[in-house]
Amino acid sequence: MRSYLVLRVVAKLLMPFILVFALYVQFHGDYGPGGGFQAGVIFASGFILYSLIFGIQAAGAVMSRGILRFATAMGLLLYAGVGFYTMLLGGNYLEYDVIAADPTKGQHIGILVIEAGVGITVASVMIAIFFTFAGRRKADQA
Amino acid sequence: MALTVLAIVKIRNLFAVVMLGSIYSLLAAAMFVVLDAVDVAFTEAAVGAGISTVLALGTLALTTDREKQPMHTKIVPLCVVFLTGAALIYGTLDLAPFGSPQAPVHNHVAPTYLLEAQDKTTVPNIVTAVLASYRGYDTLGEVTVVFIAGIGVILLLGNWRRERLPEDDRNA
Repeated sequence: MRSYLVLRVVAKLLMPFILVFALYVQFHGDYGPGGGFQAGVIFASGFILYSLIFGIQAAGAVMSRGILRFATAMGLLLYAGVGFYTMLLGGNYLEYDVIAADPTKGQHIGILVIEAGVGITVASVMIAIFFTFAGRRKADQA
Repeated sequence: MALTVLAIVKIRNLFAVVMLGSIYSLLAAAMFVVLDAVDVAFTEAAVGAGISTVLALGTLALTTDREKQPMHTKIVPLCVVFLTGAALIYGTLDLAPFGSPQAPVHNHVAPTYLLEAQDKTTVPNIVTAVLASYRGYDTLGEVTVVFIAGIGVILLLGNWRRERLPEDDRNA
């Protein structure tokens, strides 16, 4: 894939937009369609596009496997952690009302944080699965 | 959509089948938009048409892109398909008419969500409010499923540790 100039240029042009759009979907999930799941997948597809065109090696340099494994667990822990945090504050598990003084504000923060957790886990799992699939072919050919 | 399905059944070139599957997902996403389920459409377009197509192509690259001729007869699978289809159609006979306000779905918890969600969470997108707040446990479960799927793939297919060695050699 090294020689396709048009693909490389277009991919480079699109990358920032895909990633920003993913973040928009992530944090705008409260107001429009979207949320952690969709944002995570879009973020991952940005990386997959990059690694399809520039190779796994280049993408792996940006998002190393250690980071991926860490992020996979981190997102889930963030989500579950919010639950335990609300329990520490005296509420039920995942009862966001207690996070802030104003219950609706607490709901807002809670939803934002757990959506971030969802997004992190989904994105890193998708990228990890793709790396695993694509990296395997290379290992077999070598 | 029916045409794509028929084509998927007929075609033996798996590359074309994957592409048709992607097209099918995109059509399904368009259908969800028409039904005003924008969040679902979003997911379908991103996951169904995007990621799973790439993963299926990755699998094809690992295996082969020609479907093998089935070795057993087609009668038994055909019977299973027809029985399942008949059972599903029989099930739809009891469903309330499409969009009917009397449908049980619209009379259980949905009105509460629609009335309350705005005041309780101040999140304008009620789908997000229900997913993340009212159905917080379910969503936590879904994320756990995604997480386990990720670990499963990494454990079963990933030779991450072994692969790092040649990479290090190359850098040296």
